[in-house]
Amino acid sequence: MTVAAHSVVDPTPRTRRFAGALVIVYAVITMIPLAWIFLTSFKSPDDAISYPPKIIFQPSLEGYCNLFTTRSRQTPDFIQTLGPPQGMCDDIARSRNMVIAGPSNYLPRFVNSLIIAFGSTVLAVALGTLSAYGFSRFRVPLKEDLLFFILSTRMMPPIAVAIPIYLMYRAVGLSDTRLGMILLYTSVNVSLAVWLLKGFIDEIPREYEEAAMIDGYTRFQAFVRVVLPQATTGIAATAIFCLIFAWNEYAFAVLLTSGNAQTSPPFIPIIIGEGGQDWPAVAAGTTLFLVPIVVFTVLLRKHLLRGITFGAVRK
Amino acid sequence: MNELSASSRIAYPAAAAQPRVTHRLRGLSDRALAWLFITPTILLLLAINIFPLIWTIYLSFTNYRANRANVPTRWLGLDWYQSILTDPDIWAAMQVTAHFVIWTVIIETVLGFGLAFLIDKKFRGHGAWTTIILLPMMLSPAVVGNFWTFLYQPQIGLFNYVIGFVFGRAPSSFQMLGDVTLSPWAIVIVDAWMWTPYVMLICLAGLRSIPDYIYEAAEVDRASKLRQFWSITLPMALPFIMLAVLFRGIENFKMFDMVNLLTGGGPGSTTEVASITLKRAAFESWRTGYSSAFAIILFVTVFGLANIYVKALNRVKSR
Repeated sequence: MTVAAHSVVDPTPRTRRFAGALVIVYAVITMIPLAWIFLTSFKSPDDAISYPPKIIFQPSLEGYCNLFTTRSRQTPDFIQTLGPPQGMCDDIARSRNMVIAGPSNYLPRFVNSLIIAFGSTVLAVALGTLSAYGFSRFRVPLKEDLLFFILSTRMMPPIAVAIPIYLMYRAVGLSDTRLGMILLYTSVNVSLAVWLLKGFIDEIPREYEEAAMIDGYTRFQAFVRVVLPQATTGIAATAIFCLIFAWNEYAFAVLLTSGNAQTSPPFIPIIIGEGGQDWPAVAAGTTLFLVPIVVFTVLLRKHLLRGITFGAVRK
Repeated sequence: MNELSASSRIAYPAAAAQPRVTHRLRGLSDRALAWLFITPTILLLLAINIFPLIWTIYLSFTNYRANRANVPTRWLGLDWYQSILTDPDIWAAMQVTAHFVIWTVIIETVLGFGLAFLIDKKFRGHGAWTTIILLPMMLSPAVVGNFWTFLYQPQIGLFNYVIGFVFGRAPSSFQMLGDVTLSPWAIVIVDAWMWTPYVMLICLAGLRSIPDYIYEAAEVDRASKLRQFWSITLPMALPFIMLAVLFRGIENFKMFDMVNLLTGGGPGSTTEVASITLKRAAFESWRTGYSSAFAIILFVTVFGLANIYVKALNRVKSR
């Protein structure tokens, strides 16, 4: 046998190409549903439900217009009496014998999603960082039990605790409020935050703080000025995971909110047009909702493994 | 994704080292600081997780109904538990759940491990393709369930069109969501689409944790590639595969959002997984006591299975 330049265990170029081809085939197939939703968001309602499904079509922003507006049907005579159309969406609506009646609820729901996701993320990461440091550095009685307790709160089916939370929130006036949802998502996310951040903080050498404390820092100062800066990457990764969870959450949102604090996931499926679901509008709502997740996934790719296993598998 | 390489390992809480107490007391004592840091988290969890759980346990022993709060509450003891464990509808839901959990875990493990094995061949551009493959698992299950109803439409849906085209049948000749034999598979397909990357990512970490020298030694001993796979690759990746199975099993046992939007449990109750039954009892027929008892049974089941599984996992790992 000739000795190759690379190790004997390296796959041959042919194996590599073959493996690559199979993976690419899988990746392409798995992307089709997402690509289809993206395309559908730019179709007219007729193109969206045409048979056979259309890949080439005249792009239209009607889905996005319908997503952000509510419209009412009018007679052509009435529409004739109106002034010139106010912008593109008005133009599209009039071509279908409709006038724009006002904004839809999509934007407020999207804003709710943003407020609740960011609010709960900030809280969960703040609480999680403190607890993780506590668990990482101090001798805490019953430490393993407490950590397991924190993790086990995550195993409960959401519906199981939704009933008493519903009753509890009703009693204290938190039902259908953003604050209520922020607290709820914080409590779900904090277990993930503690576990992930403990892993990250465990990796910061203890000697750094000890050196700082010998230099005259108190323990708290050492935490703020030495540990926190070292843990920035971990904190950022944890925050993105919390953000994604809160952004995607549906079960609590659909059971505990109805209007005021409703987020996007329970709202998108109930976007309807005349005679059933308005698929281009649903697709547009879905596309806008998914864009932040795609961005975050790309940002997070180095830490995904840790996040999805609660820090059980590292790097 | 080179970060996943060589140093992969599975860490367990028990392995965490006890901290040394090698510092001077200054400012707040460490003990005070530790409690100051940990207490807020524990309090929040007690208020929003444990208190409701205890309340659920209490409600499960009563005839309380959330929509009739004025009716005096009566203590029923274990009546609900007895009626649930003998209710054929509940057992039907558990069977639907078992079908869903078992098939999704099998399909996701086979596909996920296969993909990880291929990606581990490190072909050119594998990092970028891996990120693309990972996308579905980051999406909202509810939104995914919703847009798959569009793909599954019998006449206009892309899924039906493609499958009909491949198998030479009319796209409207089968209904993924309306047919009692197909709908349990419709939810399995969507879950597999969404979560195969998850298993793939964990398996990839497992494969990358196997040091090259073991394969080199096997080559020296002239072990065939197949033999290497069965004697080295699979056993050494097994703890990771089991970890993935554990996480997927627990998550899918609790599955609610995706199925609720895709089928809502229908047609009839052919896709009514346990969480949907629970939601129907709790928030549609408002049988609060009954649904609380079912919730507790589900929680205990998940918790028990997870504990048994973790023990098995530890045994495999320490072998």
